[in-house]
Amino acid sequence: MNVATKRDLVSELAAVKAKSFSKADETLREESMSFLKQNGLPISKSEEYRFTPITRAIEKEFDSLTQDATASSSKSIDQYLIPGLKANVLVFVNGSYEQSLSKIISNPDHITIKSLSKAIVENAKTVDTILVKKTDLKKDPFSALNTAIWSEGLFIHVPENTEVTEPVFVLHLNEGKGTAHTRIVGLVESNSEVTLIERFESTNTEASFTTIVEEIIVKEDASLNYYKIQNDQGKAIQVCNTFIHQSDRSHVNTFTLTMNGQIIRNNLNIAIDGENCESHFHGLYILNGNTLGDNHTVVDHLKPNSFSNELYKGVMDGSSKGVFNGKIYVRPHAQKTNAFQSNRNVLLTDTATINTKPQLEIWADDVKCSHGCTSGQLDEEALFYLQSRGIGKDAARAMLLYAFALEALETIKDENLKTYFDHLIGERLHKNF
Amino acid sequence: MLTIKNLQAKVAEKQILNGIDLQVNAGEVHAIMGPNGSGKSTLASVLSGREEYEVTGGEVNFLGKDLLEFSPEVRAREGIFMAFQYPVEIPGVSTINFMKTALNQIRAHRGQQALDAVSFLSLMKEKMKLVEIDQSLLNRSLNQGFSGGEKKRNEIFQMAMLEPKLAILDETDSGLDIDALRIVANGVNKLRNKNNATIVVTHYQRLLDYIVPDFVHVLYKGRIVKSGTKELALELEAKGYDWIKNEVAAV
Repeated sequence: MNVATKRDLVSELAAVKAKSFSKADETLREESMSFLKQNGLPISKSEEYRFTPITRAIEKEFDSLTQDATASSSKSIDQYLIPGLKANVLVFVNGSYEQSLSKIISNPDHITIKSLSKAIVENAKTVDTILVKKTDLKKDPFSALNTAIWSEGLFIHVPENTEVTEPVFVLHLNEGKGTAHTRIVGLVESNSEVTLIERFESTNTEASFTTIVEEIIVKEDASLNYYKIQNDQGKAIQVCNTFIHQSDRSHVNTFTLTMNGQIIRNNLNIAIDGENCESHFHGLYILNGNTLGDNHTVVDHLKPNSFSNELYKGVMDGSSKGVFNGKIYVRPHAQKTNAFQSNRNVLLTDTATINTKPQLEIWADDVKCSHGCTSGQLDEEALFYLQSRGIGKDAARAMLLYAFALEALETIKDENLKTYFDHLIGERLHKNF
Repeated sequence: MLTIKNLQAKVAEKQILNGIDLQVNAGEVHAIMGPNGSGKSTLASVLSGREEYEVTGGEVNFLGKDLLEFSPEVRAREGIFMAFQYPVEIPGVSTINFMKTALNQIRAHRGQQALDAVSFLSLMKEKMKLVEIDQSLLNRSLNQGFSGGEKKRNEIFQMAMLEPKLAILDETDSGLDIDALRIVANGVNKLRNKNNATIVVTHYQRLLDYIVPDFVHVLYKGRIVKSGTKELALELEAKGYDWIKNEVAAV
């Protein structure tokens, strides 16, 4: 495929005016589309996508960026729910909100959860501020694409001084070949706390192309726990653009677990725009086959006295590819910042690869920052030690990998959730002990 | 129990063992001594099945089976245990979970049922006393942040749990102060019986004050150049290894 074809996909898209839900929304969509028309989707020379040939993959599978999938009608989502977790469940099938499968159990005084198309009208004032001001569309072509054509999404609003005890669990289900463009807008007001879990699954291995944008504002003294399970099957292509904005004394914990799919790209953008914030960004990618898992993170310290800690770990089997790019910015005024980053990888085969790149840009002079990345095979000495006690090689490998992976779960506070993630990881690594 | 005949081995293209002959019977304790670089640790490594050591000749028979045919885990299941000179630190794996897996895989190999949680715990408690090791240590990541003494005690604890037929202690005394040495040696002595055997690999005689050997062998340039009883160890201590070296040179 060549550049001309790529332009075609975008121009074809631009020729049809996307449905919009309000005047502000319409303006934003137009702006985004014109940005996209100008810049196109990333090609292999694009610095941010040099290891991730996503446009080529989309062009290979799709004639249109908005191809509808045909979903079957009867489905059970039980297998995707987290056992023992009392949660608000919101289900999207191929990007469409499925009210019949969704269930909101929280007290409506504690949290507002509604479709974004509705909220954009009913809660215009709040939604517009977030949509328009906080997202820098030009950060990523897929973010612009999503802004231009998103069809449905969620609005989540936690009022002040509220601890929402039931997490918000969003299931994105892919069925059949098609595309989905979904958007989540969240606002956690001062001194409140909420847990958001997103899970991506497919019911078959057909090609899908999904863009997601999450914009979440975490106000003063508020806390956000944000976890993601990416387990789309087969030829799923997905780009997640997450924008989190933190105010003074807010806490954010994220954990992103990436397992299956063809190309999974995450752009996690955190603006630490407050003092005395504490944030932990963890990720774990356990890949096999030909899956490409790409995590690009930007942690931007805009104000003094905040702390961030980032830990991404990867296990690559088969011919899978891992990509990690971690940017940390410490702006001139952000003195006394503590920012740490670590990316550790295990390659299980000669054909698995990892490209990892830390990028620290520090303009303040009184800060503590560190970064480190490692990649290698499993520790042979440790493997032999376990074997010498009678543990078979496969079990010993699984044991070491499991122990390696588990460190990434430290940010998860909820015991049910932690146990469940633990179980998912154990299963994935063929833990049998 | 263990018969080694003309065992030769190399590591990284370097020939280390040049024909070892050794017979170990049930109920016996053998000490393997020798100067640095004589091949002591190589012998221990070859017996436990380290991959990087290549056997270039000879045979090892363990309880009627060709030991060299077996992978490290099968050797362990057949009853070989090596206490490491430098036990590995494994973050994220607790000693307890690790031991449970190991014990149950060994039991499965022997056709025994897996131990349930209660039996495992009571077995563990019993063995912990033997090496005076605290449970809080066993709940922690395997050997991580352990002192030298704690690591060696953990080795002997594992040995107690797995009840091997042949234990090989590779320089177990290295890095131990006298109290730790006493505790470790006590553990080993309590585990001795007429059905199992122990090979103690050591540079110094000191450990042999606590674990008294039936036989002492001196390894030099990849061969056993002298064998005797515990008195040989004392003689070595008094005269130093040069004595052996000179004797070999004179032959």
